[in-house]
Amino acid sequence: MQKESKSNRFIFPKTPTGVDGLDEVTDGGFPKGRPTLVCGGAGCGKTLLSMQFLIKGITEYNEPGVFMSFEEPSNDLTLNVKSLGFDLEKLKAEKKLVVDYVRVERSEIEEAGEYDLDGLFIRLGHAIDSIKATRVVLDTIESLFAGLDNQAILRAELRRLFHWLKTKGVTAIITGERGEAMLTRQGLEEYVSDCVIVLDHRVIEQVSTRRLRIVKYRGSTHGTNEYPFLIDADGISVLPITSLRLDNEVSSEIVSTGVPGLNTMFEGGGFFRGSNILVSGTAGTAKTTIACYFAAEQCEKKEKTLYFAFEESPQQLVRNMKSIGVNMEKYIKNGTLQIHSSRPSLNGLELHLLTLRKLIREFKPTTIIIDPISNLTLVGSEHEVRSMLVRLIDMLKINNITALFTSLNKQTDNLRPDLAEESVSSLVDTWITVRDMEGIGERNRGLFIVKSRGMGHSNQVREFIITSNGIGLLDVELGPQGVLTGTARKSHQIKKTISDIKLQNEIDRKDREIARKRRVLEANIEALKNEFESAAEELSILKATEELQEKLASKKK
Amino acid sequence: MKKEVAEWQLLLYIAGQTPKSIKALENIKKYAEVHLAGKYSIEIIDLLKSPQLAEGDQILAVPTLVRKFPEPIRKIIGDLSNEERVLVGLNIKPVISY
Repeated sequence: MQKESKSNRFIFPKTPTGVDGLDEVTDGGFPKGRPTLVCGGAGCGKTLLSMQFLIKGITEYNEPGVFMSFEEPSNDLTLNVKSLGFDLEKLKAEKKLVVDYVRVERSEIEEAGEYDLDGLFIRLGHAIDSIKATRVVLDTIESLFAGLDNQAILRAELRRLFHWLKTKGVTAIITGERGEAMLTRQGLEEYVSDCVIVLDHRVIEQVSTRRLRIVKYRGSTHGTNEYPFLIDADGISVLPITSLRLDNEVSSEIVSTGVPGLNTMFEGGGFFRGSNILVSGTAGTAKTTIACYFAAEQCEKKEKTLYFAFEESPQQLVRNMKSIGVNMEKYIKNGTLQIHSSRPSLNGLELHLLTLRKLIREFKPTTIIIDPISNLTLVGSEHEVRSMLVRLIDMLKINNITALFTSLNKQTDNLRPDLAEESVSSLVDTWITVRDMEGIGERNRGLFIVKSRGMGHSNQVREFIITSNGIGLLDVELGPQGVLTGTARKSHQIKKTISDIKLQNEIDRKDREIARKRRVLEANIEALKNEFESAAEELSILKATEELQEKLASKKK
Repeated sequence: MKKEVAEWQLLLYIAGQTPKSIKALENIKKYAEVHLAGKYSIEIIDLLKSPQLAEGDQILAVPTLVRKFPEPIRKIIGDLSNEERVLVGLNIKPVISY
């Protein structure tokens, strides 16, 4: 049934873009056999996007391409994209790519009378035919307007060009500079109207973010939002804000928390695999320690674990954990653990997310720890952080990765969650809070479970201690005023021992008393017995005398 | 006349026998006869027949007249109907015959 309805549905023919994430946003790629306009200001990545479209087309989909550059000579282009790992010369030699540099020099050209742009058509046509190209890029065709005077002819010819491209059946990208009133300086969007993509480069609070938006896409659904994208060593990647569906697979397998005693607080005996766990708390409440315990536990079970440390370097983390008896070094050596340290302010949120995504792809971990997630809020605004976290969690869920985040929150009396907590708490499945319990001149650590989706859990605040042997949850000590911690727990315990001893003494004393009483009683019984016996004896003597007298009396008769 | 290469080498790029290209050829022949009599050569390149040549001279528009020699290279696009602009473009000083 399902299959039938699928095959009946019309699928708009599309060409994969070769840009990470853009296929998802465009629901499959650029319109096949039609031109797409990519516009944006200087330095926003137009040329790179189109170059990537061509190169990935060649390397991944075996679709040869033609790059017609109106701005950069082909040598410059080769050099520019080489740093991104694209080898144009090789592709050219393999007859998969043609780069044609069209130079329009105003000073060299004199216009005298009517003309048309058949020369350009022929060049392009020749290039397309020579390698049987199906992908074409014109970068930036608006340069023609600077070189040629006769606008009327140009416009008519451009219209003809785009029409001609369509009849050729090539999927084309036309780039254009961003104009003031219009999307492009020369209003190219009038001619190329099938798909228009706008690139943008903004600096917000000293962090630059590149964004991409699909303005229109005829005949197809597409994401309408602005999507951040990145240019890094592998070219462009677009990050869809969220996947539109929430239909990832779930697992009911349980993974151990690694902290002795914590497992029993959960009915299932741990976390669900693929769930997200938030460990929040104020400074110095051993969030990192809990995270490391969890990491070590997973490593011990040969689960690949990725640890993102935004506060400590790997060496520091290893050293610190050694002091409480967790040896992380051996897991790093045997390859089950990777610690990735960086300052959150190193780059924008998107780049962090991208690094994460790359590492997930390369390392294929089953467990991820981000310590702490709240530091990322330093980088972006509230909204950005939230959207990034949503994307992050989505990504982890899709990959069925168990993730543990720690979050540092401000010391507040009423324990209201702050930003990081607030943005994550609704997304995470399990939320553990560790907090300081201050009072009578000491500080104790308490741990409790705020929520645990799909699993019953303990409602108690459990005290835990960290010694050189590691972390340990203490048994609940109930006093008259509730759960006791720290010194109160100790004094309560001492009191209890004392009263226990007292009770024991009392019991012993009572025992002795009873024994004494028994002895007295037994003595009494003995005395009475003796008395009875002597009485009985007396009676029998009396009876004997009587008998004797009677005998004697009868004899006398 | 020396039998070396002509003093003025002109190339006319066309794309098939279109009215514009025919007109352009007529025009340039006319001007050359008047101003460069005896010291010019005109070569006609049809891009429909040899499209690979378009890249070398950076041809976009047709018809394009290219002054190969004397240097620098100059290009005039269009059907060359505007004599004054053609002469300016080729940097030819009009011969005043009377």
